[in-house]
Amino acid sequence: MTVAKPAIGQESSLSLQQQRQRAAFWFLAPMLLALFCVAAWPLLRTIWFSLTDTSLNNLYAGKWIGFDNYLKIRTLDSGKVIYRGTLVDPAWWNAVWNTVKFSFTSVLCETVLGLIVALVLNAEFKGRGFVRAAILIPWAIPTIVSAKMWAWMLNDQYGIINDIGMKLGLLEQKIAWTANTDTAMYAVLMVDIWKTTPFMALLCLAGLQMVPRDIYEAAKIDGIHPVKVFFKITLPLIRPALMVAVIFRMLDALRVFDLIYVLTPNSAATKTMSVISRENLIDFDKFAYGSAQSTLLFAILAVFVSLYIWLGKVDLSGESGK
Amino acid sequence: MSYGFRGRALRSAAAMAIVSALSTPVLADELFYVSGAVGNAVENFAMLVKPWEEATGHKVTLVPMPASTTDQFGQYRLWLAAGATDIDLYQTDVIWAPQLADHFVDLTEAAKDLAPTHFPSIIQSQTVNGKLVALPLFTDAPALYYRKDLLEKYGVAVPKTWSELAAGAKVIQDGERAAGKGDFHGFVWQGNAYEGLTCDALEWVKSHGGGQIVEPDGTISINNPNAVAALEEAKSWVGTISPQGVLAYQEEEARGVWQTGNAAFMRNWPYAYTLGNGNDSAVKDLFGVTTLPVGKEGDTSAATLGGWNVAVSKYSAHQEAAVSLAMYLAGPEAQKARALAESNLPTIVALYDDAEIGAAQPIIPQWKDVFLNAVPRPSAPTLGKYNEVSSKFWSAVHQTLSGNGTAAENLEMLEADLTELKGDAW
Repeated sequence: MTVAKPAIGQESSLSLQQQRQRAAFWFLAPMLLALFCVAAWPLLRTIWFSLTDTSLNNLYAGKWIGFDNYLKIRTLDSGKVIYRGTLVDPAWWNAVWNTVKFSFTSVLCETVLGLIVALVLNAEFKGRGFVRAAILIPWAIPTIVSAKMWAWMLNDQYGIINDIGMKLGLLEQKIAWTANTDTAMYAVLMVDIWKTTPFMALLCLAGLQMVPRDIYEAAKIDGIHPVKVFFKITLPLIRPALMVAVIFRMLDALRVFDLIYVLTPNSAATKTMSVISRENLIDFDKFAYGSAQSTLLFAILAVFVSLYIWLGKVDLSGESGK
Repeated sequence: MSYGFRGRALRSAAAMAIVSALSTPVLADELFYVSGAVGNAVENFAMLVKPWEEATGHKVTLVPMPASTTDQFGQYRLWLAAGATDIDLYQTDVIWAPQLADHFVDLTEAAKDLAPTHFPSIIQSQTVNGKLVALPLFTDAPALYYRKDLLEKYGVAVPKTWSELAAGAKVIQDGERAAGKGDFHGFVWQGNAYEGLTCDALEWVKSHGGGQIVEPDGTISINNPNAVAALEEAKSWVGTISPQGVLAYQEEEARGVWQTGNAAFMRNWPYAYTLGNGNDSAVKDLFGVTTLPVGKEGDTSAATLGGWNVAVSKYSAHQEAAVSLAMYLAGPEAQKARALAESNLPTIVALYDDAEIGAAQPIIPQWKDVFLNAVPRPSAPTLGKYNEVSSKFWSAVHQTLSGNGTAAENLEMLEADLTELKGDAW
């Protein structure tokens, strides 16, 4: 980005490029400051707390204890070595596993369903504008409201899901969807997929509308099977949009909190990283320990995003080389 | 929140201006009182504080919170940690005193005449290192609700032991279902994984002679054959006399099933008594209450000691008025009004012999027996770690009830976890 200094002109005056850079900096400064205040500072504070023994009763009395919240190796008098800390906490790894399971399943289902919905909405039909607006409703409802709504619908006694299931003969007995450890994860997944498929559909639809119509016409004239058209034309062309949509959803899913906190707050079968770190931060008076878990959550997200972008690029360049 | 802060700051700034302009020494304060809301608590609060408002000229606004005590605690702890000046008074659960003591005003001096009229054990539970953290508003001890009409119909006696309860519930459930009520259940209680399950399970364990999780001297006693037997017995109810969904029930869900006439027995707190006898209730005048059953002949019944208290925030700008309100709410007049309107159990001993209360709420004198069997949760010995102890306990119980591992396995793991949590001392 270095620009050669113009040979002529006064020493004190800046080149056009430098002037532009300086102006750009001043335009960006308010945003950088805001970002620092609302993103970087809290993050740094959390990382700092995770290296101390701070408690919520007095946030300023924490002492530096290094990495003990993450991993602490202690040798007992008997010579036995024991390990403590988040990195060897089975509850934490259970939460990580739950989060991963939840994220992959929900994003996969949402992508497939969203794409199907988008393909339907991309077709010309009467009342398309209305359907497009209507399909966004689940996404527009605040999560806390839809989670509470589903909690009632899934209720074993008064819930409509059980009622319909029983009347249609699909269920033999009423199922307590959110209470049963076998079904709790499915219940949460179902609500999340219901809620965020519209978002995926919208992003896919935006991608689909960018695809030039004449390619389809050419394919039609050549008599290519529609399935082949989808995999050879549509999918490669909307791939960039799809990749962005997937990463948005993935980031959202990996830090999922509200839905699970409302539907199944204390169930070990659905507890995610965010839920468990909040529990330690607030409920258990282990503020520093919870901060360590928040920091790990951040690290996992950061690694995931970097990998995704990196791998995504590798793929893209491989394709452009064809 | 930001609106609250600003509105309030503006109001107090305006008020200051008026004071300095007119130099009037007396000024009406506006207080904010935060409390969880179950049943009809919100409507009743306005009625309850009216005499105090009229007498002092201050105004008090109720800030309602979710019914789950775990949710409330999280929010209060955040507010208090941040030193929020928005809330002047907190309605606190009986188990919170040791954990939040630092943030509340010491009421020892203000209540030196009032405190001795309350049950000493309750005042004791709210005293931390000689500091009276909160004043008791009402106490809570759950009881067994039973349908008088159905017990009579099926010739079932009021159960004394848990196995009698299970047998009776089965008979009634089978009978009612055969009569076409497919949604009828024998026994409903609180099985969700939350603080309420700690209360329910502590009762099962204690009434089987299995101790109280952590004894007053700090010993971890939970892993014993009686406790195992108690949990195995409770597990046998799920899916038989209790719906599978009971594992997601809190108080209000259980009351929902009960009050629509779909349960023969219910374990719940006293607030369900008045609501159950309300005009919109399907079980109005059809039910009675008794002490919770015991494991076997010779064991004593156990009811987890609940109850709510009022504490004054150290960060309040109107501490004088707030203390005055706390004193009023914990005093005989307000406690009597609460007892009449909401069947809340008074903590002032003399009110149990009050004729008016006895006539309007015949249940309250009865409840004295329940209250005498009350067992505290181990919040006193475990201090700041109580929430984690409770969470580990309810998780182990919930696992057992859901069929993930036997009671013996889960309690053994729980003992190991608690020992580790305890470390050298609680």
